[in-house]
Amino acid sequence: MDKRVQFRSTWLPWVLIAPQMAVIGVFFFWPAAQALFQSLTQQDAFGTSSEFVGWLNFERLWEDATYLASFKTTAVFSLLVAVLGLSVSLGLAVLANRVVHGAMFYKTLLIWPYAVAPVAAGVLWLFMFNSPMGVVSHALRAWGLPWDHLLNAEDAMALVVLAAVWKQISYNFLFFLAGLQSIPKSLIEAAAIDGAGPVRRFWTIVFPLLSPTTFFLLVINVVYAFFDTFAIIDAVTHGGPGKDTAILVYKVYYDGFKAMDLGGSAAQSVVLMAIVIALTVVQFRFIEKKVQY
Amino acid sequence: MVERRPVLTVLTHLLLLLGVMIVAFPVYLAWVASTHTAGTIAQSVPLPLLPGEHGLDNYALALLGGVGESGSRYPATLPMLGVSLASALIISLGKIAISLLSAFAIVYFRFPLRQMVFWLVFVTLMLPVEVRIGPTYQVVADLGLLNTYAGLTVPLIASATATFLFRQFFLTVPDELVEAARIDGAGPMRFFRDVLLPLSATPMAALFVIQFIYGWNQYLWPLLVTTDESMYPIVLGIKRLIAGEVYTDWNIVMAVTLLAMLPPAAVVIGMQKWFVKGLVDTEK
Repeated sequence: MDKRVQFRSTWLPWVLIAPQMAVIGVFFFWPAAQALFQSLTQQDAFGTSSEFVGWLNFERLWEDATYLASFKTTAVFSLLVAVLGLSVSLGLAVLANRVVHGAMFYKTLLIWPYAVAPVAAGVLWLFMFNSPMGVVSHALRAWGLPWDHLLNAEDAMALVVLAAVWKQISYNFLFFLAGLQSIPKSLIEAAAIDGAGPVRRFWTIVFPLLSPTTFFLLVINVVYAFFDTFAIIDAVTHGGPGKDTAILVYKVYYDGFKAMDLGGSAAQSVVLMAIVIALTVVQFRFIEKKVQY
Repeated sequence: MVERRPVLTVLTHLLLLLGVMIVAFPVYLAWVASTHTAGTIAQSVPLPLLPGEHGLDNYALALLGGVGESGSRYPATLPMLGVSLASALIISLGKIAISLLSAFAIVYFRFPLRQMVFWLVFVTLMLPVEVRIGPTYQVVADLGLLNTYAGLTVPLIASATATFLFRQFFLTVPDELVEAARIDGAGPMRFFRDVLLPLSATPMAALFVIQFIYGWNQYLWPLLVTTDESMYPIVLGIKRLIAGEVYTDWNIVMAVTLLAMLPPAAVVIGMQKWFVKGLVDTEK
């Protein structure tokens, strides 16, 4: 896309883009290139010398059982976050869209978790499930469901998923609500005249028409679960018990900054970059197709 | 609503209220905890569900620092709030400023390599700082920017979300405005300042909210580049309170957590209209 009318100057555009180019050059492209380079080298324990080792770091990753386990953990975690988060938010959005009076009221009361820092979300949920005085863990015990996220991997996973979903509800809710409001009223009315009840209308008309929004949110939520949840996991479980909630980003951080395995960490970064780029390409392909609707 | 079904309407309101209450419950609980003494919290199983009377003491201790009931020292969070505010403002305003300029150049000028510049900027949309933390940390360390505002903020400005949004917005601005400006003898910068900037007020406000919250809530990056306590943002203050302590004064932790949540929540709710519009428009 181009503007029909443009300004002419040989130097001004370069001055205008210079700040952005400087910032992304120094803090984006240079580090990204470094990550690629480091992923092909290995440093000695003191970081004084490095040698070129080709694909060795990647081969090691492939053979590393904890890395493969971390992949599985990430897959389970992001799937749970995405599915649970989307279902709850879609439910709330459908309800809010139905309401004539007070829609604004509910909207205001549902959007503020967007502003909560992930680490704060983690701490809030940790507090509710903390043994022995946590309100929810106490209630669960009273119901005969013992809770211990420090020892039980499933409890730990459930806790970080809940905190992550809670923080993301507002975002999903706003997009679903916008999607619902853009569905033509006439379609719904026509279906109602033909005798379709609210449930039937939802599954045969609303849900299919909402699929672009749902798909968009699915990708966004997976990316969110991959990257933005680091603080939740670091605050609530430190990747434990064992390594059972150590998602890929947590492992990049741990291996690079705690275990000081720079080559391995860089190789993991490169794998992560590939995953994000793949997701973005899928996203854009889909958006291009969506225009035909 | 298509048909009148009073029962369904009542049910809808009840379910929504329930949803709102469940979403708010963790925060209510945190507030309750922040008004009790640490001893009350540690001894009662489960926790009290109604607020106590020690709120003022707890918030004073959290803000100004001092010695808690357990004898552990607490750093003052007031300076941390200052660091968070400063870096969130630098990130949001910095991003808006450099993005406005580069989007203006990309849309309103024809120059060699323009397409390449666009793609260079566009690529950065995809990769969050988390995937390149190691090398970015080294760059910042080599430049001697650890424990500085520049190190804390500039690497987070290096992303193109805002540039992309302004580009999309500028493309919708009618060409007639440029023609009119030219006829009146206005140069490009005059056009930018007197026509484009006032028109961009809404996307700028929306971006400000989104980027302010993004900046305020940063965790992993400050964790790496700040080692000096005076450069900790409040988000790290929370983390430090719960890390490695055998005994946690939950009343103080919760007070600090609520203090950390208050400013960004106020920004979101106060600027709700622009924020919602900007969010839904930006990302589509």
